Amino acid sequence: MGKRTVIPFGPQHPVLPEPIHLDLVLEDEIVVEAIPRIGYIHRGLEKLVEKKDFQQYTYVAERICGICSFMHGMGYCMTIESIMEVKIPERAEFLRTIWAELSRMHSHLLWMGLLADAFGFESLFMQSWRLREQILDIFEETTGGRVIFSVCDIGGVRRDINSETLNKIVGVLDGLEKEFKEMTEVFINDTSVKARTKGVGVLSKQAASDLGAVGPMARASGVEMDMRTQGYSAYGQLKFEPIIEIAGDSYARTSVRIREIFQSIDLIKQCVTLIPEGDIKIKVSGNPNGEYFTRIEQPRGEVIYYGKANGTKFLDRLRVRTPTFANVPALLETLKGCALADVPILILTIDPCISCTER
Amino acid sequence: MSILSMTKTLFKNLIHGPYTVLYPIKKKDSYENTRGKIGITIADCIFCGICERRCPTGAIKVEKLRSTWSIDRLQCIQCNYCTEVCPKKCLKMDNQYTSPSFDKVRDEYTSARVSNNTTNN
Repeated sequence: MGKRTVIPFGPQHPVLPEPIHLDLVLEDEIVVEAIPRIGYIHRGLEKLVEKKDFQQYTYVAERICGICSFMHGMGYCMTIESIMEVKIPERAEFLRTIWAELSRMHSHLLWMGLLADAFGFESLFMQSWRLREQILDIFEETTGGRVIFSVCDIGGVRRDINSETLNKIVGVLDGLEKEFKEMTEVFINDTSVKARTKGVGVLSKQAASDLGAVGPMARASGVEMDMRTQGYSAYGQLKFEPIIEIAGDSYARTSVRIREIFQSIDLIKQCVTLIPEGDIKIKVSGNPNGEYFTRIEQPRGEVIYYGKANGTKFLDRLRVRTPTFANVPALLETLKGCALADVPILILTIDPCISCTER
Repeated sequence: MSILSMTKTLFKNLIHGPYTVLYPIKKKDSYENTRGKIGITIADCIFCGICERRCPTGAIKVEKLRSTWSIDRLQCIQCNYCTEVCPKKCLKMDNQYTSPSFDKVRDEYTSARVSNNTTNN
């Protein structure tokens, strides 16, 4: 047994987009234990339900995270709608699904760029973000914002997409699919990329299940868990299968996310063909009274929204269990036994969103 | 050759030229729906204060007695909520961003009906 050393990693580190601190206990170059510490960007957003009324809070909920902002807004709205027993128009459900899948694509493309940056492939990083830009343009054209959309509201959505724009989106996605296929080759087949990801940070199916991993992290280890199969929003009417890999290493996690981008393109195309005409919003009156749990699938995994209302316009309690929070124990498990140089890649493969985790 | 998988993309990039907009020379067009700054037709405003109550950030202040409507541009999050709830539809969202500023200044508009008003007529 070599001498043990503790290396502090973060909260400021070139590979980390957001601050998290890890104390890495090393034996020579090998990590034997990692002790996390969070709390650098806690903003008290859950407490804010006492100050902002339930309609204003939609905009706060969107700001929990910059990347999955739409899905946070959607999760919050679904919770309030379920408490108030409101059935939103079907067109709104489809529009929400389209924006949710676009969010998933833009999140995964951003993550792939960050991964490429982490193993030093700058060119690939730029290419990923170039493709992501097309999705941001679609967002700006349809919702008005590039990252924060303010388009999801209690009772439906606030902006419609006309059929001409929907066809245009499909056209853009066709072009993007072709370009992305070329880039996929690099992530899947390139020798240097494979050398950094294949066999690194293996998480077994049993460990993923025991530690409560969610999203691509769990699916890459063979756990078949995708909240979209529950059929919320328009997912019940779409045909898709959860994407599963069994290897459980960083390469499998990359592969799951790549395949999910293609799956999202397919889902959006299905939505465009199935979307019905009609209203996009119904008027919601009164205050919520009751409590509800909502589970939806974000790009990073399953998010749980719990809301408790008391009949006034302010909620009693809102609790958000975000996917990164659930994935941190799994991350610590994968870090055990890896080399110090692989730590940045492993932290990135859970797609950490510390803003979500701390709220 | 898996080691050369990026080559095709790289050669394409050499021929293609920049994908980005050459900013100071050419500016990116905003879309019709792009969220920008809130404007007001002050002559139509009845100073009911609904926008002030609904604003999630408290950026808008309405003073009925002085007949003024003001907005802190740096607090506004461009959510468009005020324009949707306005009963007179006198608020409108522009598709241009607020220009950067050094200070937090409130943009204040006074009703045209105020007798000594010299500005927003």
